Amino acid sequence: MEDQSRRDLFKILGSSLVLTTAGSGVLSPALAQHVHEEVAAVKSLSGGPNYAPKGFNRHNFATLRKLADIIIPKDEHSAGASEAGAAEYIDFLAGRSSELAAIFNGGFGWLDTYMHKTYGSDFLTAKPEQQTALLDKLAFQKNHTPETAPGVPFFAWVRNMVVDAYYTSPVGVKDIGYMGNGAMSVFSVPKEAVDYVMSRSPLA
Amino acid sequence: MFQAQPKTEIHDVVVIGSGAGGGTTVKVLTDLGMKVTLLEAGPMLDPSKDFKEHMWPWEVDHRGVGPNAENYFGKDIYPFGYFLAPNGYWNIPGEPFTVAPGSEFKWFRSRIMGGRTNHYGRISLRFSDYDFKPYQFDGLGNDWPISYEDMSPYYDKAEEFIGITGTHEGFRSAPDGKFLPPVAPRVHEQLVQRAGKKLNIPVIPSRMAMLTKPVHGRAACHYCGQCGRGCRTASAFTSSQAMIFPAMKTGRLTIISNAMVREILVDSSGKASGVSYVDKATRTERQIRCRAVVVAASACESARLLLNSKSTKYPNGLANGSGQVGRNLTDTVGHAVSGIIPALEGTPRHNSDGIGGMHVYTPWWELDKKNKDFPRGYHIEIGGGFGMPQIGSFRGVAAKAEGYGTKLKDDIRRFYGSQVSFAGRGEMIPNEHSFLDIDPVQVDQWGIPVPRFHFRWSEHEIKMVKHMHATFKDMIEAMGGRVTSPDLPESSASSVSVGGEIIHEAGTCRMGDDPKTSVLNKWSQAHEVPNLTVVDAAPFNGNPDKNVTLTIVANAWRAAEHLADEIKKRNV
Repeated sequence: MEDQSRRDLFKILGSSLVLTTAGSGVLSPALAQHVHEEVAAVKSLSGGPNYAPKGFNRHNFATLRKLADIIIPKDEHSAGASEAGAAEYIDFLAGRSSELAAIFNGGFGWLDTYMHKTYGSDFLTAKPEQQTALLDKLAFQKNHTPETAPGVPFFAWVRNMVVDAYYTSPVGVKDIGYMGNGAMSVFSVPKEAVDYVMSRSPLA
Repeated sequence: MFQAQPKTEIHDVVVIGSGAGGGTTVKVLTDLGMKVTLLEAGPMLDPSKDFKEHMWPWEVDHRGVGPNAENYFGKDIYPFGYFLAPNGYWNIPGEPFTVAPGSEFKWFRSRIMGGRTNHYGRISLRFSDYDFKPYQFDGLGNDWPISYEDMSPYYDKAEEFIGITGTHEGFRSAPDGKFLPPVAPRVHEQLVQRAGKKLNIPVIPSRMAMLTKPVHGRAACHYCGQCGRGCRTASAFTSSQAMIFPAMKTGRLTIISNAMVREILVDSSGKASGVSYVDKATRTERQIRCRAVVVAASACESARLLLNSKSTKYPNGLANGSGQVGRNLTDTVGHAVSGIIPALEGTPRHNSDGIGGMHVYTPWWELDKKNKDFPRGYHIEIGGGFGMPQIGSFRGVAAKAEGYGTKLKDDIRRFYGSQVSFAGRGEMIPNEHSFLDIDPVQVDQWGIPVPRFHFRWSEHEIKMVKHMHATFKDMIEAMGGRVTSPDLPESSASSVSVGGEIIHEAGTCRMGDDPKTSVLNKWSQAHEVPNLTVVDAAPFNGNPDKNVTLTIVANAWRAAEHLADEIKKRNV
């Protein structure tokens, strides 16, 4: 949101609260809704097919998008990580941190070399079961091997940053079910949520 | 270097520092019709620009990790996250401090109008009767020259002005006050209340400086939970918005921001006659003359300033005839334990933002218990709920769950909102090993000698942390949860927070009746320099488990009224 409209919004929020305080001190539901929608205004985070990467070459960026969607795929609830702009987030930061770029570019180089030696193709063009065969060796401690050890810290970086990016995007926030960041006139707790937890607890 | 200023204007009262103590002094004195000049080492605050309230992480390209991915590499450019109010830093470029060999200490400094009140937790607890007389209570520490009865009317004033939530409960360890209505407990907090009931641990509505009703023109809270980011409607207390901005409208307040005070000047009679400071923007030395000085720069910064204000009359530093300036340094004892509570997994989603921080807390409940192996006590702060996802929110669960794909998504959905944390905040007993002095060599970028910290926890604090750990584990297990924090290490000094880390430094200019053993009198005036007052947490004797801010405000209010009286009577 533009700074100016944000300021206007808070002017509205501030003054209406002050105006109503003489009576009840309550923010009208309509205004609360307005505030909520205003702050929820969303810009697109995914760069689309014509996105020009800043930190990676096109091949590595495409590999990153693929990895992101394997780590956080589309499911029946929500879109996957590439739609949430996870690759663009990592690319943006790699363009500003040579330390980060080196970790990821090094990782992509190792990944493609491993895939070539094992399957005769790079990660991106390998079959899905070949891709996941490697990722299973990187993602679970019980599967670690000396041969794939260099890929383990790299995969941890990708997973961390994809998870970070996804759940700080509108898609991820919706998926997780965070419903706040609005204005409420009264704070209340739904009874069904309390009942659900108490009935499942040893303190029922 | 020191150019005498040609101006001969004499200011009435100069206040150094704009946090809880300085803000209160400014408010009380300008309300009484006095003219005040406020020096702040940082810039002016503009809430409409400086507060990132209601921003989503995706509104900035770096989502909060820093423009060059700093957070991923452990570089702390935002001590409490990008979205928090402009607050301060553990390390300020060009303003180092030193730590004596064998000690550990972290020094948080805020350099902005309003200081740490722009971002603090706003937990607002009265000290109890025994907190003012700790030596009488159990033979440890030093008594205050005043009692709870002396402070109580000022707690009333502070609470009525600031606006504090709470309920009347009748605990001796947590005196009741003038409260606004409390906020309904969140789901996990209701579960914690049940666990407390089972274990005989009280869990009562929290006492927080957020407005559940409008107060003095400040709007009621809109429950976005983001008080730590700064509140544009000023529904969460800050000295900047609630005290200093209104005082500016009186026409009696002059503000000099970006003014780093070098020393307090004295005249031939030994009274404070002015202040020498660096105008940071131009690196120019300036001096102003005044009738009285109020120091409220934060406990350690204030002690540093007095120790650096040396003269032939005061060779050991200003008001330091007792040698107690810098001594008795304390911080709060901190220890936290988190757990996953399966009963909370899959809780029907709802908005649990509320006020920023806990809606319920546990006051110290074992005051009357015999045979404890540590003195005094602690309170418990409770965390949990559906917070706004941030960078790092799910890193732990992703690493623990391992794997990837739809299962990872499911794991994160299940985890979200199922975590509960308990943070103990306990009392440290002052000890002879914990103090600050002036580093003999190091100066900051303004040429001001820096403080050197000496700090050590004693067995009292280490034993208290063991009690905290066992209690929090019991609470988590009573809810059917499992502890996710590490066990206490064998060498348990390392399980206590680092000194300074809880940002409740106090005690460095203790008040007392005897000028030989204390720095300030019962009005927080220096024994040796009657027109010098210190009103942050430096005057405190000890550091009860009650968080310092409310008592800073009450004590500063009391000191300011007295100072105004003394000025009117021409005693100062």
